[in-house]
Amino acid sequence: MNRLRAWFLAPTWTVVITLFLAPLAIILGYSFLTRGVYGGITSPWTLESYQRLVDPIYLAILWRSFWVAGASTALCLLLGFPLALFISRAGRHKNFYLGLVMLPFWTSFLVRTYAWMFLLRDTGLLNTLLQKLGVIHSPLPLLYNDGAVILGLVYGYLPFTVLPLYATLERLDRTLLEAAADLGAKPWAALARVTIPLSAPGIRAGAILVFIPCLGAYLTPDLLGGGKSVMIGNLIQNQFTTARDWPFGSAVSLVLMAIVMVLLFAIARGEGESLL
Amino acid sequence: MKRTPALAIYAVGAFLFLHLPLLILSIFSFNSSRFTVWQGFSLRWYAAAIKDTQLTESAVNSLIIATVATLVSTVLGTLCAYGLWKRTSRPLAGSLYLSLVTPEIVTGISLLAFYQWIFRFLRVQLGMHTVILAHISFSIAYVVIVVIARLRTVDATLEEAALDLGANEWQAFRYVTLPAILPGVVAAALLAFTVSFDDYVITSLVAGVDSETLPMVIYAIARRGVNPVVNAISALIVIGFGSLVVISERLRSA
Repeated sequence: MNRLRAWFLAPTWTVVITLFLAPLAIILGYSFLTRGVYGGITSPWTLESYQRLVDPIYLAILWRSFWVAGASTALCLLLGFPLALFISRAGRHKNFYLGLVMLPFWTSFLVRTYAWMFLLRDTGLLNTLLQKLGVIHSPLPLLYNDGAVILGLVYGYLPFTVLPLYATLERLDRTLLEAAADLGAKPWAALARVTIPLSAPGIRAGAILVFIPCLGAYLTPDLLGGGKSVMIGNLIQNQFTTARDWPFGSAVSLVLMAIVMVLLFAIARGEGESLL
Repeated sequence: MKRTPALAIYAVGAFLFLHLPLLILSIFSFNSSRFTVWQGFSLRWYAAAIKDTQLTESAVNSLIIATVATLVSTVLGTLCAYGLWKRTSRPLAGSLYLSLVTPEIVTGISLLAFYQWIFRFLRVQLGMHTVILAHISFSIAYVVIVVIARLRTVDATLEEAALDLGANEWQAFRYVTLPAILPGVVAAALLAFTVSFDDYVITSLVAGVDSETLPMVIYAIARRGVNPVVNAISALIVIGFGSLVVISERLRSA
């Protein structure tokens, strides 16, 4: 094992260094360079790309990303907690219900986002149905706004909150709830003062697992926000394609990475556990 | 538990929320009308999807890319997981973990910048190979995590017994540990295949003219609006991936 170990790790090290770490190093370098006349990268070295980030236009995009990701995370926790609680008490059907939660996660994220376009657009199922029923006379603008983006993100990442919440609720000592009931606590009081505080690790893990991908979301705001709900991910993509300002796009990417890493370290310190 | 009825009703609602959109989408893929009003059963959108050469060619590209990327990342990731099993490597585990949490758009643009930089020295262009390398890179971390989880259930003393009985290190891995973790390896391969086949964000940035994938074509159509042909392909993808995950679950619990 000891002699072979290096050979077992070497291929993955090669992939990680050449196709993950080196590319990150390159955009780190680019973020300190200047945009060329035709969109390339030229000298001199400068901090200009980072300084441009404090422009109110970009701060607004940053703020919107935090707001949309925060709202999606809060909704995922709110919707996911009772579901996780239900599954943790479902006895021998637990695995079946967990499978039901995970099944949509396994089908294509793109298809799941498209499904909401199909339901929400002006001539979509919801508007058609409501008009047929005579509830509304002209279609409601359900698609292409922040609300649609949040809905799409919640739909996409709800399984990510249910799993860690379930994992902690499953391990919860049920006798504590019996003790609470014996001492006169109503079910709601037991929930608020025993179950929820004890599932704090699951809540934290679920929050971080949803907040991070939502913050860097690209596909959902593009399809369901229709370019009106621009988030950090769309800003980065735009700098590398249409705007052809690679140094600025690189700087935004690194700021996003820095935020993600700060969040992870904050959580990891509290938990003292790692995934690998 | 007194609250169970209310919780159960809530759970039904939550499951409907999770499954109804895909179910409705699939049902309407059989609608004979172009519009969102049910007019009768028809397979015309499936026929249209099969006749569309852009769709079929991109589906073939996606299958080739996902198959090659899955094979490579499963083999490398399994070896890596095995290497990390008894003694972890913080730098490698940390890098893999970081690659998992890096927003896709950042992974995509950094790979694009990297490829463009390499192309200054080599006479190559963006194409299938750049997409496949990108897919190997982002799916390998998934494989390592799934296989390591399986390895943690394996009794390490079995391998020691094999070594004591005269097996060499490779034989101990090949004939003792590998068979024990095989269901985990297959599950990891299925996961790698799913994330590779589905990827749009990274792929669209590093793809060349000859390597358009199915998600890229779906995305382009979806941005123009809703099209029943996409409903038909979506239904096929949902059914395909649905069966994959059921198989994978069977294997994982095996």
